[in-house]
Amino acid sequence: MASVKSQSDAFKVLVNWLRDSIREPEQFTVSYAGESSAFVRFNHAKVRQAGQVQQAGISLKLIDDGRHADLQITLSGEPETDLQRLAEGLQQLRETLPLLPQDPYLLLNHSGWQSKDVQTHPLPDTEAVVAEIAQAAEGLDLVGIYAAGPIARGFASSSGAFGWHQANSFNFDFSLFHENGEAVKASYAGHDWSSEGFAERFRQAREQLAFLGRPLRTLPPGQYRAYLAPAALEEIMGMLCWGGFSAQSIASKSSPLQKLYAGDQAFSPLVSLDEKVSDSLSPTFSGEGYPRSDLQLIIEGKAGEQLVGSRSAAEYGLTANGASGGEAPSALNMAAGELPQADILKQLGTGLYISNLWYLNFSDQPAARLTGMTRFATFWVENGEIQAPVSTMRFDDSAYSLLGSQLEALTAERELLLSASTYGQRNTSSALLPGALVSRLTLTL
Amino acid sequence: MFDFHPQLKQRFAALRTGAEFFSLRYVRESGQYLSVRKNVAEPPSLSRDEGAMLTVRVNGVEAYAATNDLSQQGLQAALERAEQQARRIKPHALLDLRDQPVSSDRADYFSPNVEQPFPSLSECFELLGAESASVPKDERLVNWEVSIGITHVEQIYLSSAGAELRQAQRFVYPGLDVTAYDGNDSQTRSLGRENFGQQGGADVISRCGLIGAGPQVADQALQLLLAPNTPQGPRDLLLMPDQMMLQIHESIGHPLELDRILGDERNYAGTSFVKTSDFGSLQYGSKLLNVTFDPGIPEELASYGHDDDGSAASKQFLIREGLLLRPLGGALSQFRAGLDGVANSRASSWNRAPIDRMANLNIEPGDQPLEQLIQGIENGILMSTNRSWSIDDARNKFQFGCEWGQLIENGELKGVVKNPNYRGISAHFWKSLRAVGNAGTTRVLGTPNCGKGEPNQVIRVGHASPACVFSHVDVFGGDA
Repeated sequence: MASVKSQSDAFKVLVNWLRDSIREPEQFTVSYAGESSAFVRFNHAKVRQAGQVQQAGISLKLIDDGRHADLQITLSGEPETDLQRLAEGLQQLRETLPLLPQDPYLLLNHSGWQSKDVQTHPLPDTEAVVAEIAQAAEGLDLVGIYAAGPIARGFASSSGAFGWHQANSFNFDFSLFHENGEAVKASYAGHDWSSEGFAERFRQAREQLAFLGRPLRTLPPGQYRAYLAPAALEEIMGMLCWGGFSAQSIASKSSPLQKLYAGDQAFSPLVSLDEKVSDSLSPTFSGEGYPRSDLQLIIEGKAGEQLVGSRSAAEYGLTANGASGGEAPSALNMAAGELPQADILKQLGTGLYISNLWYLNFSDQPAARLTGMTRFATFWVENGEIQAPVSTMRFDDSAYSLLGSQLEALTAERELLLSASTYGQRNTSSALLPGALVSRLTLTL
Repeated sequence: MFDFHPQLKQRFAALRTGAEFFSLRYVRESGQYLSVRKNVAEPPSLSRDEGAMLTVRVNGVEAYAATNDLSQQGLQAALERAEQQARRIKPHALLDLRDQPVSSDRADYFSPNVEQPFPSLSECFELLGAESASVPKDERLVNWEVSIGITHVEQIYLSSAGAELRQAQRFVYPGLDVTAYDGNDSQTRSLGRENFGQQGGADVISRCGLIGAGPQVADQALQLLLAPNTPQGPRDLLLMPDQMMLQIHESIGHPLELDRILGDERNYAGTSFVKTSDFGSLQYGSKLLNVTFDPGIPEELASYGHDDDGSAASKQFLIREGLLLRPLGGALSQFRAGLDGVANSRASSWNRAPIDRMANLNIEPGDQPLEQLIQGIENGILMSTNRSWSIDDARNKFQFGCEWGQLIENGELKGVVKNPNYRGISAHFWKSLRAVGNAGTTRVLGTPNCGKGEPNQVIRVGHASPACVFSHVDVFGGDA
């Protein structure tokens, strides 16, 4: 990918061309997404597949007389070609709008806000990282992916708004497998690769791996005390974020948290959850051109604010607060509790220590009842001591139980989990979460 | 169609590299998603995308570089990045591919009716608006949406071995869903959407049954709202094709993917309860179970002539009379495992490398009409239309949920029940298959949303299946 400045400049060229080309009363918004990514897959501590991906594109919205349509265009990085694609795209939208009815839910942000957030911390050479990983993993069965490189997001409008966000980042998401098939999962991610930091993260994973060699414990279905580590809690929060806080989902009764927002259900007063954009890795502006605010989604167990995109704002008479198109959080921040990390096993006493959950879905969505699997490093604990890894089990329980009546404590320490998702493009979402001690988790299979 | 082909060929011929083998896979995709929600047209979402992936093999090590820059310089730069990558990772490479054969095939593939124009945007909105307006006025109907998604894909694969493969495909996804709410519970009934996608033109909309479906789908949402919860306990289970597709996908398709069995996906999508030694010997299901990889049903979502590594695709039995025969593994996985597989090495687009994917994975029809399937059940339940899916990383312990349930007693369909869920274990579940519907019960379905791989990829898969009956399955309802 081109340098930060040239990328930003290239986007400005397109924006200026658009500003010159639109005809009154046309308006436009245009967002930009680009990245240059190194992807290295590992299997059996060797490189299974390696590559590099360079991509960039814009999403252009043209508005005229209350009608509007969106067009995503992949850019080539070559100025002349991209201007030609933009001109063809603008023409396609101009031909499309007269075919549409006026949109009663069109709401535009007319402010000419400006935002710039550029982080250019140098990333390590991929070859050096691969060598470091290979050395650390010698004699181990490591599998996973290293993804790294610059990511850029931009926004501009005919009202004069302009935002630019650019950051270098890496994410090494990996598992270490014991020869018995059990595994521990870990990640090392951020902006600043440190050999010491990586070695420490790797050491922690190896330490857990040692416990996995013990004979596997098979549990019968039933109810168990359990500790959900932050990565396990993230899976549950991920399900609740699937429409949970979306203004449209809440209004159209498809939110798993509709009973919370209706005041018919509540979580434990220990649960407070924010969408905290400030200090997160994601852009401070949305793809539809609104500055993103910090929001209190759950306040001491009760419903707080919703994520409101412009369309929902117009339809339901709410105020847009910079939510993305899907109205899903991307910078979760859950309040810490008081349980010290060092006391987790002691407080758990006898029960399950669950490092990760996997493949969650709803058993009954309006009731926020979830099912899913244990995966990676789940241990049986007796009298505060790890006894054995536990074979894969299915749970089926209500979020109002797990994070409500059965929630005993949240940990004082929280973990920052950076998304390793790379569907279409590298994801910039994050979650800062504590672990959760619950007095009853229902296992069914 | 393929108007970039001559230029691309010329640029490919001008590429310079020290690699012993290299290929270029160019993908151009355009799409539109149109929807009407509660009688209001949503703004159309249109897209144009193109790029190319260059793959090289240097001293038996493969690497790739994907680029949005299709100029001669852009392609050459990408080729050089790939070559540099291959040389750098050589000391740590898992695979030595010096002896892996490469394709030199030349062929074209087209979706059915791909050259026929699709209804215009105005015509589509007219259809969607009419269908939306046909949803009856009832204050309990709180949300409904009618949609059509269309994607055109042109792909050109060129290789230094002389391969020249072109594909032009059109994928169509009609859909409708209606949500009913009574102040406490909400129930959604849908048609199409993630459960129904096919290749073709306007014919796909007809086959989906979208036109005129609004009142019936709305009525079923209201029926669900009034229905009791699904009773808990073991019952015989009649799965309709729009749930069978999910059952096949999760508990046959994924466990048979050879890259999972070889461990590539252990950090993300997972592993498999199937081992390489099971092929040819494992009794996967009852004698009634016949599963095929079939790229030859023209309208099915993942029908094609060659996969994205250039291997020619043909119908293969993966499971015959319940016996596991063959994995879902493309040329590379076959080379690694020493097993015969299928042509299923596929990439989601130009910016992701091919891996083993499901493509079309079907259950061959049996001999019983639907009436006979129902008559053969004393204490059972019919379930239709997937809405929830969860399975462990080895693809064994599953729990699935459907939109629609109907009890079956003494060979007759009885009342509607809501929140129908069931759970089981793949390794045992398929052995409980005790009746398979005939071709009259079969539907050709598919979804664009199969996720897998690192980096992640979402891809189109097709599933054709008859209705099937399973004995003694653990079923249960919800809380509301």
